[in-house]
Amino acid sequence: MTLPARLMELKDEIDGYARGHGLDYFETIFEIVDYDRINEIAAYGGFPSRYPHWRFGMEYDQLSKSYRYGLSKIYEMVINNDPVYAYLLEGNNLVDQKTVIAHVYGHADFFKHNFTFSATNRKMVDRMANHATRVRRLIDRLGIERVETFIDVCLSIDNLIDYHGPFIRRPPAREEEDTVDARDGGVHRLPARDYMDDFINPPEFLEEQRQAREEELKRRRNLPANPQRDVLLFLMEFAPLEGWELDILNIVRTEAYYFAPQGMTKIMNEGWATYWHSRIMTEQALDPDEFLDYADSYSRVVATAPGSFNPYKVGIEIWRDIEERWNRGMFGEEWEHCSSLAERESWDRQLGHGQEKIFQVRKLYNDITFIDEFLTPELVERQQMYAFGYNPKSKRWEIDSREFGQVKTQLLDNLTNFGTPVIEVVDGNFRNAAQLLLRHNYLGIPLRLDWAEEVLRNLHRIWKRPVFIETIVEDKGRLLGFDGASVINDAWTLSEKKPT
Amino acid sequence: MKIRQDHNRFKEIVRGRIKKELRRYMANGELIGRQGQKEVRIPVPRIDIPRFRYGSKDQGGVGQGEGEVGDSLGDGDGQEGPGQGEAGEQEGAKELELSVTLDELAEIMAEELELPNIQPRGEQRIASTRATYRGLRPVGPDALRHMKRSYKEALKRMISTGEYDPDNPVVIPRREDMRYRSWAEEEIPATNAVIVYMMDVSGSMGDEQKEIVRIESFWIDTWLRTQYRGIESRYIIHDATAREVDQHTFFHTRESGGTMISSAYRLCIDILEADYPASEWNIYPFHFSDGDNWSVDDTAQCIQLLRGGILPRANMFGYGQVESPYGSGQFIKDLREHFGKEERMVLSEIKNRDMIFDSIKTFLGKGM
Repeated sequence: MTLPARLMELKDEIDGYARGHGLDYFETIFEIVDYDRINEIAAYGGFPSRYPHWRFGMEYDQLSKSYRYGLSKIYEMVINNDPVYAYLLEGNNLVDQKTVIAHVYGHADFFKHNFTFSATNRKMVDRMANHATRVRRLIDRLGIERVETFIDVCLSIDNLIDYHGPFIRRPPAREEEDTVDARDGGVHRLPARDYMDDFINPPEFLEEQRQAREEELKRRRNLPANPQRDVLLFLMEFAPLEGWELDILNIVRTEAYYFAPQGMTKIMNEGWATYWHSRIMTEQALDPDEFLDYADSYSRVVATAPGSFNPYKVGIEIWRDIEERWNRGMFGEEWEHCSSLAERESWDRQLGHGQEKIFQVRKLYNDITFIDEFLTPELVERQQMYAFGYNPKSKRWEIDSREFGQVKTQLLDNLTNFGTPVIEVVDGNFRNAAQLLLRHNYLGIPLRLDWAEEVLRNLHRIWKRPVFIETIVEDKGRLLGFDGASVINDAWTLSEKKPT
Repeated sequence: MKIRQDHNRFKEIVRGRIKKELRRYMANGELIGRQGQKEVRIPVPRIDIPRFRYGSKDQGGVGQGEGEVGDSLGDGDGQEGPGQGEAGEQEGAKELELSVTLDELAEIMAEELELPNIQPRGEQRIASTRATYRGLRPVGPDALRHMKRSYKEALKRMISTGEYDPDNPVVIPRREDMRYRSWAEEEIPATNAVIVYMMDVSGSMGDEQKEIVRIESFWIDTWLRTQYRGIESRYIIHDATAREVDQHTFFHTRESGGTMISSAYRLCIDILEADYPASEWNIYPFHFSDGDNWSVDDTAQCIQLLRGGILPRANMFGYGQVESPYGSGQFIKDLREHFGKEERMVLSEIKNRDMIFDSIKTFLGKGM
């Protein structure tokens, strides 16, 4: 439903404030919907039309139950698209509606300008509807069981994509050099007189070169030539899939790439939107009599609970900190080397670069680089941040440290690859028998084995030949696999990891 | 709404899970403890899509707030970390609680146990009928015309006769394309039923035995409730003497005396005579014991009472014998000997909890 007149006025008013601050976004369309409908849309990840799948039903079940029991309410929903679509919940009070509108403009600006979103499809609403139609047709033809089961299979590997893939410009495949002399096994030999030849071209060296080259050639014959993070793409290219299966795998992969940037900028994006709604509301849009309601809702947005991480809160604090630091010139060599606490506290170079800086940062950073660069020891202390972990002795989750280095490392670990294992295809012709070998790039945390086993079964459903993953369990190399009949879990010497 | 379809798919999947695990649920008394008014809450393992993930306890997180290093943030019973929802998106193997109505549960049970519907006795079987819209038909009043389906039919006809022109997609329905909503009448059963539970509470019946009886009675109640308009339950406990008690007492009494089963049967007949004329009521006496009776004479009396007083009134008589370390288990043999051919006498031996599933199937499988 389109907005009633009063909300339309408010929307235009806030639109004016937002643009006045320099926010810039695609046309943003608001719809007002009731709670059942908002739960439905939320279950579909914000899209009005998605392909049929039971997990959306499960989401909906949980959302509507927790709404009914008063446990949660969907605060805002906005989708990265051109035009941007956003939803307002019918029956919210006017302050909440205003807040959400201001918040949405923050997101819309972020979607348009942050580089991680630059490769996303801005007509995703259409694309998703298109996916829905394709899947529905397949269901009409093949029956829901078959199609849905295969979607389950694909979803179970939908995190095996290359999150940075869209931004990497790959060099064209290298041509064979034609300058080398085949007689020497393709090794360069420097011109030398006979008596000097053994010194200028020592045989050991030539042999070494020849071997290196052979390995290089062998590697290039490998499939894939280099380990590949985009496992889904690899499967699409080389797995024996039927047309409809390929179509589904493609759909799942496309959607995974579309949603990836939102995961990669959660802290920044929520922080940015919260920063702007708080500024627009408190400086401009709020009527005096709405103050308490606003304070109440704001305090809920940025509330923290023990052992939980609130990206809204952490995000907005970092943004404000950046703004303040660049306003007061608290950066650069002079600042870094200043060790006088008093001086640091009263530091003010009157630069006023805060606004300029935050707009620049919202364009060029993602969560990892954002935290890496702008999380400061002062901020960690001020925000009472800590790192926590599970203590198997006491069987409790405990605070591990409040030390800046550890907090930052822990946070970066959780953000790296979304806190999930890095996995790549290393060999599509493993054991020279068309078996598939994946590698878990072990970073100190082991895989969850029961799930790994399930995923391997699913991979086998796609690859149709034995599938394996090499990993480390209890500090020893293991080869986990599934050959169509039984699960394999063998001791294994890890293949050497070559720089790629 | 489109979500309905997905929501139904999800519920179907959940039903499938419950069905698969029904034997386990039926053996588990926990379920009854969760019994609410009209629904029970069933713990189902969360239905997750498996992915390559880290073990949740191997990966920490970052939080904010008060606390010293070493302070606890909550214990680790659940697989999930304390609210790492945002950063790590850990999906642990926590259990999902699902509410299922008793009707739904009975339906699932009926499907899995292949329970037939009961043909109730009595003249006045159907109290009233209720009409609900379901399905379509080619004739009907205009007010019930289903536009979308009518046009679909018209489109089908035009395509099959070649009249349809995609460049000029005009669809004109004719009389025979029209579809109208139709309705079906549902019968609401009029008859009532009474279940008389009798249980031996003598010393040889231990807690485990009583728990089995409790679980059995829950499932019997659940099923019969769907088959009749109203269900009344009466409870009799007995050792050497019998008395009527309420439900709570029924399941929580332990006596130590001997066992005279005939006392319970006699009381049962009294209750039936006083309150439940067989012409108006469907009568289901169930008796549970460990099969020990005081004397051969008393057993002979029991058989007489059953033949003369209970069976003529009852739709069926269920005897469930739970195995206990003390009981001789003789009683079921006596019954088998005397009532081997009697259809309405249903005997079931329940050796342990896992047998509850089969026992219920035996009791209710005949559709009486």
